[in-house]
Parts: sequence; C-alpha cells; structure tokens
Amino acid sequence: MFYREAGDFKTSYTDDSQTFPIKFDRYRYYVVLVSAFAVVPFVVNDYWVNAVFLPFLIYAIAAIGLNILVGYCGQVSLGTGGFMAVGAYSVYKLMTSFPDVSILIHIILAGVITAAVGVLFGLPSLRIKGFYLAVATLAAQFFLVWLFNRVPWFYNYSASGQISAPERSFLGVPVTGAETAPWAAYLFCLVFVVASAIIARNLTRGMAGRKWMAIRDMDIAAEIIGVNPLKAKLTAFAVSSFFVGISGALFFAVYLGAVEVGEAFGINKSFLVLFMVIIGGLGSIFGSFAGAAFLVLLPVLLKNTLVGGLGWPTDLAAHLEFIIVGALIIIFLIAEPHGLAQLWRVAKEKLRLWPFPH
Amino acid sequence: MLDASEGYTTEDGRKIGGVVMEMKNITLRFGGVVAIKDISFDIRQGEIRAIIGPNGAGKSSMLNVISGFYHPQEGEVWYQGARRPQMKPYEVARQGIARTFQNIALFEGMTVLDNVMTGRIRQMKAGLLSQAIWKGKAEREETLNREVVEKVIDFLEIQHIRKTPVGRLPYGLKKRVELARALAAEPSILLLDEPMAGMNVEEKEDMSRFILDVNDEFGTTIALIEHDMGVVMDLSDRVVVMDYGKKIGDGTPDEVRRNQDVIDAYLGVAHD
Repeated sequence: MFYREAGDFKTSYTDDSQTFPIKFDRYRYYVVLVSAFAVVPFVVNDYWVNAVFLPFLIYAIAAIGLNILVGYCGQVSLGTGGFMAVGAYSVYKLMTSFPDVSILIHIILAGVITAAVGVLFGLPSLRIKGFYLAVATLAAQFFLVWLFNRVPWFYNYSASGQISAPERSFLGVPVTGAETAPWAAYLFCLVFVVASAIIARNLTRGMAGRKWMAIRDMDIAAEIIGVNPLKAKLTAFAVSSFFVGISGALFFAVYLGAVEVGEAFGINKSFLVLFMVIIGGLGSIFGSFAGAAFLVLLPVLLKNTLVGGLGWPTDLAAHLEFIIVGALIIIFLIAEPHGLAQLWRVAKEKLRLWPFPH
Repeated sequence: MLDASEGYTTEDGRKIGGVVMEMKNITLRFGGVVAIKDISFDIRQGEIRAIIGPNGAGKSSMLNVISGFYHPQEGEVWYQGARRPQMKPYEVARQGIARTFQNIALFEGMTVLDNVMTGRIRQMKAGLLSQAIWKGKAEREETLNREVVEKVIDFLEIQHIRKTPVGRLPYGLKKRVELARALAAEPSILLLDEPMAGMNVEEKEDMSRFILDVNDEFGTTIALIEHDMGVVMDLSDRVVVMDYGKKIGDGTPDEVRRNQDVIDAYLGVAHD
C-alpha cells in the first residue's frame, strides 16, 4: 500500500542498476536529503547538534568504512579506534603545518594517510583469517594509540599531551574551534556523510564490491574465477580506512575540538563502531546508518526519559542505561542476526503486499 | 590416428580445430602420494573433451592442474602455442580458462546477477576512482558487460531468478548459475567438474542440452569430468580415461569403449 513497484518499469540496464530502483524509495531519499540540507540546519540548536546529529553523522561515516571491510569483504577488524586516531592526528598535523590550505583538503588528505596505514596493517589478512586477523588488527589498535601517546612530534610537543583543533573556516564560515556555529558544524559533517555514502554505494554495487563479496563468501573460488585476493583485500582495507580516517578527523576537529588519544580513540571506540555495524546489518550501507543511529540515539533517549522524564538521579540512570543498551543489543542479535537493515527489508516486503497479503 | 597440427571432423560433422591446450608428461605428487603419473593429452579448439575414470583416479587433480590451482612437480602445460609458466589461479582465469566446481562454489550472499557478473572480471577494468563516482568508464563498462551477462542468463533460462540471492536456490539451479558464471567469462576453455553430479535424469538431460548448446552456439572448447558413462559417451568427442593417476585410454568414445584396459578398470579383473 505504502510501497509499490508495480508499473515501475526499467528500459535500460543503467536504470536497473541505480541505487534506488524503485520510484517510491527514490523520492523518499530525495525528501530526506532536502530536509537534511535545507530544513534541519535552520531548526537545530546547540544541544541537538552536539548530542545527536554530530555523533550520529560522524559515527555513520566510521560505520560505513568498517562495514566495507567487515560486511562486504569479510575481514574482521578491531582497529577502528586506532585508524580514527590516525585520521585525527593526521588532520591535526596538517592543520598546524599548512594553515593556509583549506580544511576540506586536510580532511581528505587525513583519509588518504589513514588509507595507507590501513593497507599496512591489512597486509596480515593475506595470511590469516577470522579471529586471528581480528587479533592482528587489535595489535594495530594498541600500537597506534601507544605511538600517538609516546611520540611528542604527533602532538606538537604540547605539555598536556592533548591535541586541540585550531580555528579554521570553510567558505568564510568557521567550522572548527570555539567560534563554530552548530549549523555550520552540522552541514560540514553532513557533506562528508553524503559523499561517503554515495561513494560506498557506488563501489559496492560495481565490480569492486563484487570482488569484495566474492572474497567474503568463498575466497578460493574467488581466486579461481579471477579475483586477485591480495588486491581485493588491500583495496578493502584502503577504502575502509579512508572513511574511518575521515570520521576520525571530523570527530577530533569538528566534534570534540580537543582530544587525548587513549580516551577518545581507545579500544572502546573500536567495539562501539563494530557493534554499530553488526546491529545495523553487515553488508548494508543503510545498516551503517541504522546502527549508528541506534547506538547514538538510544543512550540520549534513555537519559532524557529517565532523568528528564522520571526525575531519577543521574548516576542511577547512567548505570541503567548500560544495562538496557546491553540487553537490547543481545535481544536484537537473537531476534534478527542480520541487523536492522534486514528488519527494514522484511518490513518493506510486508508493506508491499499490505493489506492484502494473499 | 590424429594429426597433431590439423583438426578433424566429428561424426556429426563439426569441424574441430588445432590444439589449444596440451599437457605434456604431467606428474603431480602430494607428499608420497602420486596423484597424477606422467600424463599427456591435448584439448583441441571447439571440441568436448571428457576426462573419466573411477573414484580417486586423479581426474579432479588434473582439472586443478589445468586451472592453475595445483602446480605439477614435473611436466609442462602448453596453452595457445606457448608454454605456461607457473602462475596463480587468478592469472590463469584471466587467460581465459573458466571452470565450475564439483561441489558448487557460488557466492551465497550475492544475487544470481552479481554472481554471473563476477564472471566478467577479465573484461572489466575501470579503476577504483571511476567506480567510486560511477561516471564515465565504470558506468559504460557496467552496462556493456551487463548486456553480455543478460545474454548468458537468457541462454541458460534463469531470467526469473536474476535478483534472488544464490543461497535461496535449489541445487539444480545453482549448478546452472555456476555454469552461467563460467560462460559469462567468454572463456577459450571451459572446465566442468562433474556438471551432473547429484542430478536426476531430467536435470541431467537439461544440463547435457545446455553443454551441447554452449559448444554449438559459442564454439566454446569444453573439458569435462563426469561419472555418468551414458552422458559422457553421448556428449564428448574424445575421452581421456584415467585410473590410479595413469592414463589408460584416449580416443573417441567408441575406441575407449572397446579398450580392454578401460573395461578392466571399470569392471575389475580377476586376479589369479
């Protein structure tokens, strides 16, 4: 009823392979895009941007990146926090070394640097698989955090060991530093999110994505039909780390402003992003958004209901929040192991036929 | 009986060309076990070449040698008139050798269409950046190759399951999708590892028809392993018979059928 594809005919293969082949989906996507760009910036306030939108958008980029590696290519990584740190420290060094270059270029370059580091730590994936690879990437996580803590050059020899983002503007509007308006930070991140999602979608619907999925589903067969496993795995690591690096750069420069590496990019961050990908749905771009939304919004929602709505003490609410979120994750994974994206797919199947299922 | 350089004409009047692939004195060992012992044979342009033999004869190992998955300790593989150096399986695939597997090796999480599209790896060369923006070369290439793939899908009559994830398909259809993936590569040699294993009579008939049609329509050279003697004798132009890693017969189905060694291998001999 709400959702139909009847009468929506394709006359070319280009039409058939587009991202939203169904007209209804396509229009809904345009509506979301327009409201995200043209409506939300005018109505958001500081609280909404800092508590909800910025973390959601930035984690969504990281989840897209990790999903390419884990969901599409089947290579488990626990090094996301470390790679985000690489993005953050790269953008910091670039911002302070070349103050005249646009911040946009700095952030993209930070992504490129992270991609190179990702390829380096992806090399073991050619020999080891599954849990063993996860442990190898865990080593990357600890090594990178240790590196940024111990080598003062990375934090410009500052006394606190922290890095803090200098003020930079984009098109005359400040996007980092204390002067940043909430809507500017929001829009700046939104541009990166939309670009990342489109690029990730294009890669995964084309030959690159097919090679990744072939490696994920059956690596020996993939090699025999002509996939170079070395190249496929390393491109997955590169593309994945590129997005993760960009998200780390934004997380530091736009969202937090000042960062201490162990605190902001510790192992917790790696697990958080991995949970987003698993809860959202492996091998789905939409799932990355859904997972990020779930894990960012749920704690905020719980906190507001418990503390704001019911008047409970903050510390009690904080503990309850852990319990509830943890329980929900378990319930979710038992009820729908393929994540929110699969729930969404099933719901769409049902809606197609509703209200006459036979 | 056959001239090495020129082709021959089959009973049903098809012209078979020169040698595409030649195995010269191949020996393959796994530790102390000799899987293939000093085997030589050739595959000619446009023919259907069968490799048969009892269980454990080394047929699949032979196919794995051809597709580059195993590297023989002795002997040479000649392909299109040149000696093939030791290469990785994906490099062999890119030379135009496609295969199917005894126990289906499809990518279960992908749709039929995506599975068949992976067969086009050799032909799709757009860079990562072009694919990322989905304009120019990447989009053109995608559309052009999709057309080829759709022809294969039509040919094998799997249009209705184009967008179905492979994991949901029954066995017989999976076999057909796997053939489609191999065909999409437009291979110069198509290797089929027991294409009819586990099928009922009807499915076998369908599959035999598809194999003959492929050979007929595209002139594809086919090398196949099969256990069903009836099928092998009907389909193939020439047959290699293996037993315990050795070649015991090579020739047309009729010649092979009359070969005493082959009869012994299949029926057993009295030891006295």
